[in-house]
Amino acid sequence: MIPLSWFLVFAAALFCIGLYGVLARKNAIAILMGIELMLNAVNVNLVAFWRYRAPEMIAGQAWAVMVFAVAAAEVAVGLALFISIYRQRKTIAADEINLMKW
Amino acid sequence: MTTVQIIFIVAAAVTLGAAIMVVTTRKLLHAAVWLILSLLGVAVFYVLLNAGFLAVAQLVIYIGAIAILMIFAIMLTRHLALDIGPQVHRGWPWALLIAILLFGGLIWLLSSWSDVSTELPVMSSRADPLTDLGVALVSPNAYVIPFELASILLLAALIGAIYVAWPKKEKEG
Repeated sequence: MIPLSWFLVFAAALFCIGLYGVLARKNAIAILMGIELMLNAVNVNLVAFWRYRAPEMIAGQAWAVMVFAVAAAEVAVGLALFISIYRQRKTIAADEINLMKW
Repeated sequence: MTTVQIIFIVAAAVTLGAAIMVVTTRKLLHAAVWLILSLLGVAVFYVLLNAGFLAVAQLVIYIGAIAILMIFAIMLTRHLALDIGPQVHRGWPWALLIAILLFGGLIWLLSSWSDVSTELPVMSSRADPLTDLGVALVSPNAYVIPFELASILLLAALIGAIYVAWPKKEKEG
């Protein structure tokens, strides 16, 4: 039998790894990958709490499905933005994209 | 130590190891492949948590669509200098510090919470989470409005992505 805390510790670790990726990586697509890891950690938490605390209510799974939809939308728009930026600037390194920096 | 616990530990080790490779590996394409492995590990956790539908959705949406989309984007925005130079900012120790501090804080929070070692409640044999989920997503008393909003969001993202990535003529700017 797996205690709930194992899932929570795992999700916390995955979230922090994703956070490090978002903060430290240079390439914009790598930053997006970090965001995906963070969203997955959140989803694991949602489903774990659903299973352990309220298996008769479906709220946890329903919201996990919403997170899936938002993640898909975010990736589609993000990658379209990067491709558009790449076309103009020939780079997607986050520290070289300073169009909006006054 | 039961079989389930061993499966959990192996899956957690694989997932976290792959996640660390995603954020540290130099070649972006390799990072995408590690990301796929990490997402696969998360699908194992959904199976362990009796959320079979989410496990399948994880395979189809994340690995089948999102990861492949990322690989396409990496190939379209290939920048050879990027694979050679450093892949992280100058301030990466700060990022590492923030991540470790957050992890420590979360663990401290968990350890101070008395309910954390809850045992798994037994699911009644007639409970059917998949049917419940399907009904809840279209029931007016439950999640039909978020569900419809999600579909509108996806449509807007689809149109927005096409518009943003459409090659513009020079004069239009």
